[in-house]
Amino acid sequence: MPDLLIELFSEEIPARMQSRAAEDLKKLMTDGLVESGLSYASAAGFATPRRLALTVEGLGERSPDTREERRGPKVGAPDKAIEGFCRGAGVSRDELEERESDKGRFYFAVIEKSGRPAAEIVAEVLEQTIRNFPWPKAMRWGEGSLRWVRPLHSILCILTTEEGAEVVPLEIDGIHAGNTTRGHRFMAPEPFSVGSFEDYEAKLKRAKVLLRAEERQELIWHDATNRAFAAGLDVREDRGLLAEVAGLVEWPVVLMGEIERRFMELPPEVLQTSMKEHQKFLSAGKDGRITHFVTVANIETADEGATILAGNQKVLSARLSDAAFFWENDLRIAKEGMGPWLDSLSHRTFERRLGSEADRVARIEALAKELAPTVGADPELAAQAARVCKADLSSEMVYEFPELQGLMGRYYSEAAGLPPEVAQACEEHYSPLGPSDTVPSAPVSVAVSLADKLDTLSGFWAIDEKPTGSKDPFALRRAALGVIRLVLSNGHRLGLLQTIGSANGEADAEDLLSFFHDRLKVHLRDEGIRHDVIDAVTAMPGNDDLTLLVKRAGALSDFLKTDDGGNLLQGFKRANNILTQAEEKDGVEYSFGADAKFAETAEEKELFTALDTAEPVIDEAMEREDFVAAMGAMAGLRQPIDTFFEAVQVNSDNQILRRNRLNLLSRIRRLCLSVADLTRVEG
Amino acid sequence: MAQKPRSFQEIILALQTYWAGQGCAVLQPYDMEVGAGTFHPATTLRSLGTRPWAAAYVQPSRRPTDGRYGDNPNRLQHYYQFQVLIKPSPPDLQQLYLGSLEAIGIDMGMHDIRFVEDDWESPTLGAWGLGWEVWCDGMEVSQFTYFQQVGGHDCHPVSGELTYGLERLAMYVLGIDHVMDMPFNAPDAPQPLSYGDVFRQTEREYSRWNFDVADTDLLFRHFEEAEAECRRILEEPDTDPKTGREIVMAHPAYDQCIKASHLFNLLDARGVISVTERQAYIGRVRTLAKLCADAFVRTEAGGAAA
Repeated sequence: MPDLLIELFSEEIPARMQSRAAEDLKKLMTDGLVESGLSYASAAGFATPRRLALTVEGLGERSPDTREERRGPKVGAPDKAIEGFCRGAGVSRDELEERESDKGRFYFAVIEKSGRPAAEIVAEVLEQTIRNFPWPKAMRWGEGSLRWVRPLHSILCILTTEEGAEVVPLEIDGIHAGNTTRGHRFMAPEPFSVGSFEDYEAKLKRAKVLLRAEERQELIWHDATNRAFAAGLDVREDRGLLAEVAGLVEWPVVLMGEIERRFMELPPEVLQTSMKEHQKFLSAGKDGRITHFVTVANIETADEGATILAGNQKVLSARLSDAAFFWENDLRIAKEGMGPWLDSLSHRTFERRLGSEADRVARIEALAKELAPTVGADPELAAQAARVCKADLSSEMVYEFPELQGLMGRYYSEAAGLPPEVAQACEEHYSPLGPSDTVPSAPVSVAVSLADKLDTLSGFWAIDEKPTGSKDPFALRRAALGVIRLVLSNGHRLGLLQTIGSANGEADAEDLLSFFHDRLKVHLRDEGIRHDVIDAVTAMPGNDDLTLLVKRAGALSDFLKTDDGGNLLQGFKRANNILTQAEEKDGVEYSFGADAKFAETAEEKELFTALDTAEPVIDEAMEREDFVAAMGAMAGLRQPIDTFFEAVQVNSDNQILRRNRLNLLSRIRRLCLSVADLTRVEG
Repeated sequence: MAQKPRSFQEIILALQTYWAGQGCAVLQPYDMEVGAGTFHPATTLRSLGTRPWAAAYVQPSRRPTDGRYGDNPNRLQHYYQFQVLIKPSPPDLQQLYLGSLEAIGIDMGMHDIRFVEDDWESPTLGAWGLGWEVWCDGMEVSQFTYFQQVGGHDCHPVSGELTYGLERLAMYVLGIDHVMDMPFNAPDAPQPLSYGDVFRQTEREYSRWNFDVADTDLLFRHFEEAEAECRRILEEPDTDPKTGREIVMAHPAYDQCIKASHLFNLLDARGVISVTERQAYIGRVRTLAKLCADAFVRTEAGGAAA
């Protein structure tokens, strides 16, 4: 069984695309090989900045021979039909066989294909893979028409058996496959040949290339934490950055340097962001402060990186000088009350039809003030926080680092001497941003965050810019989920319809509410609550109170999972079906007057008693919004309903009995529907 | 390795000599105000069509919004770019580029050179390409791009473009912290001049004019006029009635496109273009760039059959 080794050697592949590309190479190749009849034992893909590699072990030597028999037209069929059949089967007319079958005499074609050697199949599949590779963005170069992520320079493709390695003959747009590659761009640029995957990986290592991304990442993390530890420091963990840095080097060399003291006044987040965004440095420090940077070079030098470190330090100082300059300018404006920033909000367009940022802030302020009592916040503080929450958008620091919006708002509000709740709200009012982001709980933050999101949603609803399909340019789904999580995790009772009305009278509040319900379904699905359960509760009154809605949904979901719940649902459906049919047939509504004195059987009487007992309990529990208690009482009805249906024929010939029984079913229906719209529950 | 340069101009001279040695025609700057070396017709127009091309040149570039009155250590409203354009892009372009760094005294054995993803796009030119910013010890020293589309036309063959930000690169090589302190000519010349001696005053003058004094009504009008003239030139018939020859005036029209682009930059610096209008103006310049590209590919230099 031969082993296959492939390497696609190119100019530098963007770091963010590497690991996906290694997986795609593996998938496309192995799928293609299997489809062509070659099995394999195992496969693995690898990527460095300059190469994608694939090893496949235990590949079949050739694809199996195949033989297929196909029945064609009847003997004596028109020539055209016979010719068509021959074409389709790829045989000539004189190769057809005539055979007798129970339906008559037919032509048969026997199609025999002999298997092909692995090399031939590999060459074919690799060419397909290269030509159709799913790069997020690909390009052409020189005079060619081949597309790759960056110019492709060489292809290594060998099959290795016990007898040795053989190059798979292959040529794509002038690139001939071979058995050679190159090492590190500067430290080992000469080509060398390889005979197997083990040989390849070992020789690469000697040529200063670590093939495995995990190995590079581990080495970087290990060296970085060691160096930091030796200096009594910790490295701030940042997995994404680490992965990116490991994709920028073939031979990581970790260097740690000190940040100049004059930058220590900058907030640590600014240091970290500036170093990460501009230079892809990891941050190190202790006690919440950042004092050092870790950079990863791609080369070993005679001076052990001294020149490189000095250069990086210099670039960092220039960058941080900019940041310090922004910080000082911003602090001056903040300490004077942020006046110019607030003024400039009126010059920033939020959306043409929705006015300037200043208009928007005024709306958020009014809404935050209105929402404040509901979420337990001081209305004046909420209003004050809303007024300044967007001020930092005009600061120089946020202009340079947009990802620091909010956080800088907090620093600047503190500098302006505003109350701590206001400063906190400036930072937190963008949250939560995603489904797993932390949800603010401080009342002022919650008020402003809700107001901000509800203003955006109702505003875009008013101008009819709703998300469609995959298009959601204003991130309205995220805003709606934010509202949902804010309300639910804090357990606030908020009438959304009225709030939407206050936010923007021109928005179609009912339509926006159903958008919330859709987002809620997605949110609750992740928590294991079925969509039909949510349908059953959104059909109930008070459905714009999300906390109530979810409480009801949760209770119903739990109830339906119990044995009693499932059976009660069946009993309800049966009662409802019989009743609905009878009502349709008779043209009347049976909703009143079931009388126990007409009850004939013990089972019927028992149901009367059970309903008499359960009704007040359920009604009272519903009054208290205690859905668990209400459903607990409903569970008690399961047994009497089941036995009733087993023993009693509702549609009796006696019209009095029949009417009485239908009215009895109606009590079941009313009682069940008062808890949730069970007609919408599936099953 | 070459001797370490001592001044700004030595770096320019070393780059010119190096690329001349690689077979590039060393051109001179284009005689118009542009935002970047890419705007020079030797790049924009010559990257179109099928005819091979290889040119290198310095291009003074203007970015009015970057003016800092000469105070900022590395931000300028007028600066120099060194530009190389080779069509078709040669297979060893990365090696050639690294050779140019050695030519200005950067020792590959001592420094950390990296190619970091950076896809280039010019919305005003209707152009894009893939490539990298090149880092030397964490500093961006060049932009390296394989042009895929220019003026809305697919590039066939593909040009390789290299852009060096000369001041920043030179400051790094010379170890200078403030651009105005950088020696422009040899420090031991009879009249040693610093970058500041040459440009400090003009930075101050232009910063004031760009930000506060430029007459915006006039600039708006000039924008309209350049736009109209560009279109008018291209609407003329291909055959010149006087000489009877086919003369498509792609370059004169493109000059008007460059003008419109720079006028837009000036208006932007004056802060009179709103966020929503901004896109519209960029779109208007792009339309002109596309019309010019359409015209150029109908000319001989643009690869049309003579």
